[in-house]
Amino acid sequence: MGRHVLLIEDEPHIAEAIHFILSRDGWSVSLHNDGIGALKKVQDQRPDLLILDLMLPGQSGLEILIQLRAQADLSDLPVLMLTAKGLNRDREAARKAGANLFMTKPFSNAEILASVRSLVPA
Amino acid sequence: MPMTGLTGSRVRERRLALGMRQTELARGAAISASYLNLIEHNRRRVSAEMLERLAKVLSVEPSALSEGMEQSRIQDLRAAATQAAQSGMPPELDRAEDFWGRFPGWAELLLGQYRRLGQLEQTVAALNDRISHDPHLSLALHELLSAVSSIRSTSAILAETEDIEPEWRARFHGNLHADSERLAAGAEALVAYLDGSEQDEDQAILAPQEELEVWLAARGWHLSELEAGSTPGAAEAAIAMLASGAARSLARDWVRQAQADVARLPLVPFQAAVKAAGGDPLRIAEHLGADVLTVFRRLAFLPGAEQGIVICDGSGTLLLRKPVEGFALPRFGAACALWPLYTALSRPMVPVEAVAELPGPGVHRYRIRAFCAPSFPEGFGGPEIRHAAMLISATPPGPEPALKIGSSCRICPREGCVARREPSIMAEFR
Repeated sequence: MGRHVLLIEDEPHIAEAIHFILSRDGWSVSLHNDGIGALKKVQDQRPDLLILDLMLPGQSGLEILIQLRAQADLSDLPVLMLTAKGLNRDREAARKAGANLFMTKPFSNAEILASVRSLVPA
Repeated sequence: MPMTGLTGSRVRERRLALGMRQTELARGAAISASYLNLIEHNRRRVSAEMLERLAKVLSVEPSALSEGMEQSRIQDLRAAATQAAQSGMPPELDRAEDFWGRFPGWAELLLGQYRRLGQLEQTVAALNDRISHDPHLSLALHELLSAVSSIRSTSAILAETEDIEPEWRARFHGNLHADSERLAAGAEALVAYLDGSEQDEDQAILAPQEELEVWLAARGWHLSELEAGSTPGAAEAAIAMLASGAARSLARDWVRQAQADVARLPLVPFQAAVKAAGGDPLRIAEHLGADVLTVFRRLAFLPGAEQGIVICDGSGTLLLRKPVEGFALPRFGAACALWPLYTALSRPMVPVEAVAELPGPGVHRYRIRAFCAPSFPEGFGGPEIRHAAMLISATPPGPEPALKIGSSCRICPREGCVARREPSIMAEFR
């Protein structure tokens, strides 16, 4: 089984596209479309990489990330944060909360692939 | 009141315009020519009595020679110079009067540019406030960017993946179609929003509260049909003109409140009480046996009232904003924490009064009176509900120390403010 990525994204078409791109690159991809229950998914699945949308229903990506980083066994999990808001303050908030990378929508497939590979080298 | 500075220049200008010699004017004003020369070169103060004599000989009103207008202009020139000094270009502050006296045309030009700069800063601030805090705009942009992201990724997959399985291909084609529809609808709604044109309810151009305020402003913040024995549906025809259901609902609440206020404080006795109490809301309330917030609302919504009002709930969220010229009110909450409104909110039933100054070109001073009233609609067992309001009146410059406030941190240029929550964008424009 290849490397595992958990994608938490509430936009179904974006999630499908990312799923397709990463699957083709050899990743095993799991999807979750809600802020609620996202942290439990991470704890249960123990992915190699988490791709987390900033704006999610139920609980924001930022809140999830803060809770995740508070857990010792998840503090090193690579996290790529996605958002349609490219404001500096959002970027800074994501950095402070512990995101390893921050990508602003719309991004190209090549960009997301390069980011994922940089966070979890083969 | 003795006149100084530029009064002399005006005397000289007027005399020369009349083709009058110094000796002639001096004789007419019963002073020596050498003394007049000193006055004309702004080296002697001019008493009110002397001003009258000079004005009489020069056939003008004394006020035409006095310095009221110049002082205001000179204050503005100094403010412009002070601002320039902050960005490292200090002009000669102490020569503002001289500059005005010798080059009035250039000084006016400079002041015009300074005012224009202030207007542009306000525009930038308003746009920034809109982009940063407008939930409708933010949501619309988010929707657009999400659709664009999806289209970009999906179309790239279709274009770049040669061996894509038929079921995936069909799926992505379907996604592309749905996202392009979504993008078109989102773009249309956004354009409508930014244009401010009339749209359907589900494409509302303004936030409901804003729509209500625009509607009230168009009616001078006063509905005359509510004043005398109006029926519950008195304003229904006007309310029907509002585009969104949410705004119509807010308008009905406003009308109900206004009708209740009119019933408690009918116009004629209220206006008499305002006159007798010198406009002091507490004295009016005392005199009429009314609660203070009702008096606040009545004062702000009288026909032709110049006072602005801001009303908030216990969370500090602004519920209604009637603006006053020069006092920028944030569109979406997050107002200056130093507003007397919030001081009052933390001290129910205690009146709070302050003279406040806002930053910006020229001096913007306001007398602010704020009050908070708690209520207990569910009795002893229920929660305490607070509403606070502040009345805002423009007031001329004076010696009274002023509270330095702003609109909201994001658009406030004050440096070193102890109540700052976040950096200001305004510093970047100076």
